Amino acid sequence: MTRHTSYPLFDLKEANVPDDLCPVATEVSPMLPGDWRSMRPVVNRDKCVKCAVCWLYCPVQCVEEKPAWFDFNLKTCKGCGICANECPQRAITMIPEAT
Amino acid sequence: MTTATLEKSPQAKPAKQKVMLVEGNEAAALGVALARPDMVAVYPITPQSSLVEHVAKLIADGRMDADIVDAEGEHSVLSVLQGGALAGARTYTATCGPGLAFMFEPYFRTSGMRLPIVMSIVTRDGITPQSVWGGHQDAMTVREVGWVQVYCETVQEVLDTTIMAFKIAEHHDVMLPVNVCLDGNYLSYGTSRVELPEQAEVDAFMGVKDVNWHVALDPLRPMAVDPLTGGSSGRGPSTFVRYRKGQCRGMQNSLRVIEDIHEEWAQRFGRRFAPLVEEYRLEGADYAIMTLGSMTGAAKDAIDEARDAGRRVGLIKIKTFSPFPVDALMKSLDKVQAVGVVDRSVGFRWNCGPMYQETMGVLYKLGRHVPSMSFIGGLAGADITVGHFHRVIEATEKLLSNPAPTEPVWLNEKD
Amino acid sequence: MYEVRFHGRGGQGAVTAAAMLAAALLEEGKYAVSIPSFGFERRGAPVVSFLRCSDREIRQLTNIYTPDCLICVDPTLTRSVDIFAGLKPGGTLVQATNRPLAELALSPNVATVGLCDAIGIALQIFSKPITNTLMLGAFAKTTGVVSLDALKRSLEDSDFRDAGLKQNLLALERGYNETTVYTIERRAAA
Repeated sequence: MTRHTSYPLFDLKEANVPDDLCPVATEVSPMLPGDWRSMRPVVNRDKCVKCAVCWLYCPVQCVEEKPAWFDFNLKTCKGCGICANECPQRAITMIPEAT
Repeated sequence: MTTATLEKSPQAKPAKQKVMLVEGNEAAALGVALARPDMVAVYPITPQSSLVEHVAKLIADGRMDADIVDAEGEHSVLSVLQGGALAGARTYTATCGPGLAFMFEPYFRTSGMRLPIVMSIVTRDGITPQSVWGGHQDAMTVREVGWVQVYCETVQEVLDTTIMAFKIAEHHDVMLPVNVCLDGNYLSYGTSRVELPEQAEVDAFMGVKDVNWHVALDPLRPMAVDPLTGGSSGRGPSTFVRYRKGQCRGMQNSLRVIEDIHEEWAQRFGRRFAPLVEEYRLEGADYAIMTLGSMTGAAKDAIDEARDAGRRVGLIKIKTFSPFPVDALMKSLDKVQAVGVVDRSVGFRWNCGPMYQETMGVLYKLGRHVPSMSFIGGLAGADITVGHFHRVIEATEKLLSNPAPTEPVWLNEKD
Repeated sequence: MYEVRFHGRGGQGAVTAAAMLAAALLEEGKYAVSIPSFGFERRGAPVVSFLRCSDREIRQLTNIYTPDCLICVDPTLTRSVDIFAGLKPGGTLVQATNRPLAELALSPNVATVGLCDAIGIALQIFSKPITNTLMLGAFAKTTGVVSLDALKRSLEDSDFRDAGLKQNLLALERGYNETTVYTIERRAAA
């Protein structure tokens, strides 16, 4: 994996840019896609063969590589179920979020 | 084919009509179905999406007998309909915002070819700053392309005007495409009570379909459609002028035709809408506010409250925006001493609302000084509430005795 | 004019509920207009919907800022949204919840409360937490602004069919019957 440098978000005030030019956002929203999930994916670690199909398909790139399986970052997972639908090993099940 | 003038008959009973609760998008779709188009081409775009979904469902359910083309983008949508109209089909589509922008090339050509296509614009604000909400910027941006443009105030008006639009467009003295504008969100998704006319009555109202009597893609009538015209030599200059003058004549004729068709509608269906300009409580008013579209509802409530409080204010609403109803508006403006114009869009070049800018032209023709000011509100889905209209009324009243502001008032600036 | 504001989350049918209520009011010969508060709706995001009801034609098509009544179809919403904003003094709250009245944080402008364990009943009827029809029954019970009968008639005229229709009619009944209405008396500050 390549290392990348992270820069702080652009500060309009510091750069003396008026706030009525091109509309931009420079504050990170506290909302995360995981906030409104109604179903969550659960991996059967014995079935997972690390084929990375779920990682490929995930629309929010929330799939994380673990030693012997792939797992999901529940902060960003929105519970769409595409991973469960695509997993060739049928290793992923969607279960209801606790209310 | 001229519209016969119906005798006003107080005993004329409109046909019994079904009462339903629908959103504006569904009302438009039902109106389209009643007008019996031959072909519709669709592409969804917020806040129009449910309109074309309703149309597709009506066709799928067999309640509308039309060919439906599910094109890959709005440029193709309107191009397909041009072909259909040239083959004699009655045609319809709906769009707004970026979709309208995408179809700009055929949009410009449709009016030049005098094709009577009807298109609903579910008005949406300009796409940047990024917004999906209602405003008038999209329809305003294309007001100078030679399409007839009318704005509806209520869901019932959307239904009725959508049907009337076909008859206006196909009138031999007009032969111009028509935009029926309905406000995104308020009218498109706002649900209210409507009366649905009977199909048989609408058929009688529409008369005989005759879409391509003047231009056709027809092997029995060979012609080249829209050949190269203009240039500085030969008959170029005079020919080009002839066609542009024809477009202008069609636009001017449409003022009369729109009035006649609204009158016929009132006779047949018992519902009367002001065709060009509506006056509300303008008798005895010293000053007036002007509105366009669904904002008028809250404005009328504010006018009633202001009148109750002793303010001598009235309201002028424009229904037909293109062509601009100069004479009708002049008549209304001549009754007052000051006017405040509320726009739901922005005129970048004059730093005011577009309807205000055009009203200034009419005020000039009036020949006497009527102080006026521009209000811009309701952009990108912001509300123009009864409270906002009270501010408009109070500020307009000040024009009677104070110099007019040089800048527009942005109603939602602090909201 | 009676103004109702619906609060819910995307996917719970708050917007549909406003339209269904408008249909029922129409059945009773009243005028009703409902407008959604439009935005990027997705499952779980807070949504608001507005309904005005009157004996005369309703002209203004704007959001409702001073509602007479709030209908909240989601029990968790009050944590993230101030649903009470603008509620008229002496106003009504119809809330989906299984908690008792004493545990709820209410605005001082609330004078009447209707509570219904809509999620619990919905899971029994629909196996899904769709509370909108239940909450309409609850609204009818709490305010009497619309009759249960009109709600049922408008449901029968809608697109629901067969099992869906039966379930929703049952939801209306149970929402009506299983709502407890409280009147809150507030003593003026000494």
